[in-house]
Amino acid sequence: MSDQIRIGITRERNWREFFFQWEWLLVGVLLLVIAVNTWISPFFLNLNTFIRTPATFLDKAFIVFPMMFVLILAKIDISVGSTVALSAVIMATSYNAGLPMPLAMLLCLTIAGLGGAINGWLLVKFKELSFVIVTLSTMIIYRGIAYIILGDQASGGFPDWFSFLGWGEILGVPFIFLVFILTAIAFGLLLHKTTFGRAVFGMGRNAMASRYSGVNVDRVVFTVFALNGLMAGVTALFLTSRMGSTRPNVATGYELEVIAMVALGGVSTSGGIGRIGGPILAVFIIGFLSYGMGLANLQAPLVLVVIGSLLIVSVLVHRIRFRSKKKINSTV
Amino acid sequence: MAKRSIVFTENLRELGLLIFIVVLSLAIQARNSAFLTPQNIAAMLTNTSILAILAVGMMLVLVTRGIDLSIGSIMAFTGMVTALTVAGIPGIPPIVAILLSTVLGAAIGMMTGVLVARFDVLPVIATLGMMNVVRGLTYVVSGGQWVSSYQMSTEFKAIATGNTLGINNLIMIAVVVYVVAGFFINHTRTGRRIYAVGSNPLAAEVSGIPKRRLIFLVYSIMGGLAGLAGVLWVARFASAQGNTAIGYELQVIAACILGGVSITGGVGRLSGLLLGTLMLGILANALPLIDVSPFWQQGIQGFVVLAAVITNVLVRRNTQRNALRRRAI
Repeated sequence: MSDQIRIGITRERNWREFFFQWEWLLVGVLLLVIAVNTWISPFFLNLNTFIRTPATFLDKAFIVFPMMFVLILAKIDISVGSTVALSAVIMATSYNAGLPMPLAMLLCLTIAGLGGAINGWLLVKFKELSFVIVTLSTMIIYRGIAYIILGDQASGGFPDWFSFLGWGEILGVPFIFLVFILTAIAFGLLLHKTTFGRAVFGMGRNAMASRYSGVNVDRVVFTVFALNGLMAGVTALFLTSRMGSTRPNVATGYELEVIAMVALGGVSTSGGIGRIGGPILAVFIIGFLSYGMGLANLQAPLVLVVIGSLLIVSVLVHRIRFRSKKKINSTV
Repeated sequence: MAKRSIVFTENLRELGLLIFIVVLSLAIQARNSAFLTPQNIAAMLTNTSILAILAVGMMLVLVTRGIDLSIGSIMAFTGMVTALTVAGIPGIPPIVAILLSTVLGAAIGMMTGVLVARFDVLPVIATLGMMNVVRGLTYVVSGGQWVSSYQMSTEFKAIATGNTLGINNLIMIAVVVYVVAGFFINHTRTGRRIYAVGSNPLAAEVSGIPKRRLIFLVYSIMGGLAGLAGVLWVARFASAQGNTAIGYELQVIAACILGGVSITGGVGRLSGLLLGTLMLGILANALPLIDVSPFWQQGIQGFVVLAAVITNVLVRRNTQRNALRRRAI
C-alpha cells in the first residue's frame, strides 16, 4: 500500500521520506551500540577484533533471511530452533555411525529442508490450521525426535577440517562472514528483483488477490517454509562447527532471536512490508549488543530480557507508526 | 439444526477420547499392574492438577483466537518470587503466599493483555517476547540461585502435600477452579461474550461487545492462573529454580487441543478440557511404568497434538460437507 502512495507524491516529500526511513534509525542504533561497546572495552574498536566479532553471532543470521520472507507472508515459523537441533543431531550421529562427513553434512541440510517442507506441506494441505499451531507442533516434534535420538548425550568428534566452517578465515575475514554476505546478496536479489519476491510481497498484502491474479499461492508458501528449514540446516552446520559437538538442547530460543532481528529490521508482522537492509542491520545490532553485554560482564539472562523487550518494542513502534500513517491516508 | 450438529460432534469426540483413555489405561495396566492402584491414581491426579488449572486459562485465550507462550516463564517467575518471600519471611501464612503469586501473575498477564488488546500485537509475538523477558527476570531476581526445600516452611510445603476432606489440596484447588470457571463460562454475560468474540470478532464488536476489554481480561486471567500454578509447582516440588516449568506451555496447549479446543477460536468445553488433560497426565505417568525412556515423552506429545489438530480439521470438513449436502436436497 505504501509503495503505491509513495509513487504519487512529490519529490520534496520523497526526500523527507528518504531521511525518515526506518533503516537510518537502525544505523543510528548500531553506531550507538558500537560506541557503548568501545567505551566498555578499548579493544573492541580494533579492525582485527571488529571483523572477527561477528563470527560469534552470525550462525543464527542465516535463518533471518528466509524468516523475513515468512513474516512478509504474514506468517511466523517458531520451529526453526528445533529444526537446527534435529538436523545437527542427525548429522553428528550419522557421522559417528560411519557416514563420511561430507555426506553427513548433506544429510543435515536435507533433513532441515525436509523439516521446513513438512511445515509448508501441512499449511498448504490443511489451510484451516494456523501457522502458529503447525509450527508449534513441529517445534515440539523435531526437538522431541532429537531427544529420542541422543537422550541427554552430546555427540561430536568431527574431522579437523570441519571446524573451518565456524573458525576459518580467508584473507583475515571469517569464512562465516563471507558466506553471510553471499547469502544476503542472494536473498536480497530473490526478494527484490524476482517475480517470486514480488509474489511474496503481494501475498502478504492480499493473498486472495494474488491468487486471482495467477500466482501459485500454495507453491510460494511451500517454497518459503522449505527455504526456512534449509537455512536452519545451514545454521546447524556453522553452529556445530563452532561448538565442536552437539546435543539435543542446542539452539533453544533461536526462533526468538531470529524473529526479533526480523521485526527490529522493520518487517511488519502483519505482512507485505520489509526491505532486506533492515534485518541485516538488526543482525549486527542484536549481535553486537549481546556481545557487548558479555564484555560488560552482565549475566546472560539479561540478554534474554533485552532481546525479548527489543522484539516487543519494535513491534509496538511499528504498530503505532503504521496506525498513524493509516490515519493520515484516510484523511487525505 | 447446525448448532445441534456441532454439539453432537463434540459429544462424539469426547466419547471417542474417553474410550481411548479407557483402552489406553487397560493396556498400560496389562503391562504393569502398578498403574491402576489407588496410590498411583492419586499421585497422577495430583501431578495433573497443575496442568488442569493452566488449561482453563489457556482455553479462554485460545477461544479468543490467541495463544500464550509465556506461562511457563510466568510460573517460574512468580514461583521464584514467592519462594524468596517465604524464605525471607518464614512466618508468612500460605494463603498470603498463594495470593501474592496469583496477583503477580495476573499483573504480568495484564501487560501481555495490553500489548495484544490495546496495540494489536500478534499474540505469538507478544507472548514470545514476554516469555523471554520474564524468564530472564527470573534468573535476575534469584541471582541464578535455587530456593531449596529447607528454606521453606512446613506450612508452605503443606499447600501441596496436605489434604482437605481426605483429598490432596492440589486436586481440591483444581476442582474449585473448574467449578468457578464452569459458572463463569456458562452462566455469566462476560463468559458468553468471550465465546462471541472468539467465534466472530467483527460481529461481536458491531453488536457492542467490548472486544478489547475481553481480550485483556482473558490474558489477565491466564496470568493469574499461571501465578497460582507457579506457587503450587514450587510447593509441590519444594524447590524454585530458574528453569522451572520451561516449555510447560506446550503441554498446556497440547492438553487444550486434545480436549477439542479449537485454535481458530470460539470452541472449547470444560468437559473436553478435562479429558485432554487427563490423557496427557496418563501419558506422562505411564511412560516410565511401561519402560519407555522419558526422552520419548516430548516427541510423542508433539505427534499426538498434530494428529489431534489434523483429525479436527478432517472431521470438521466432513460435517461441513454433510451439511451442504443436506441443504442441497
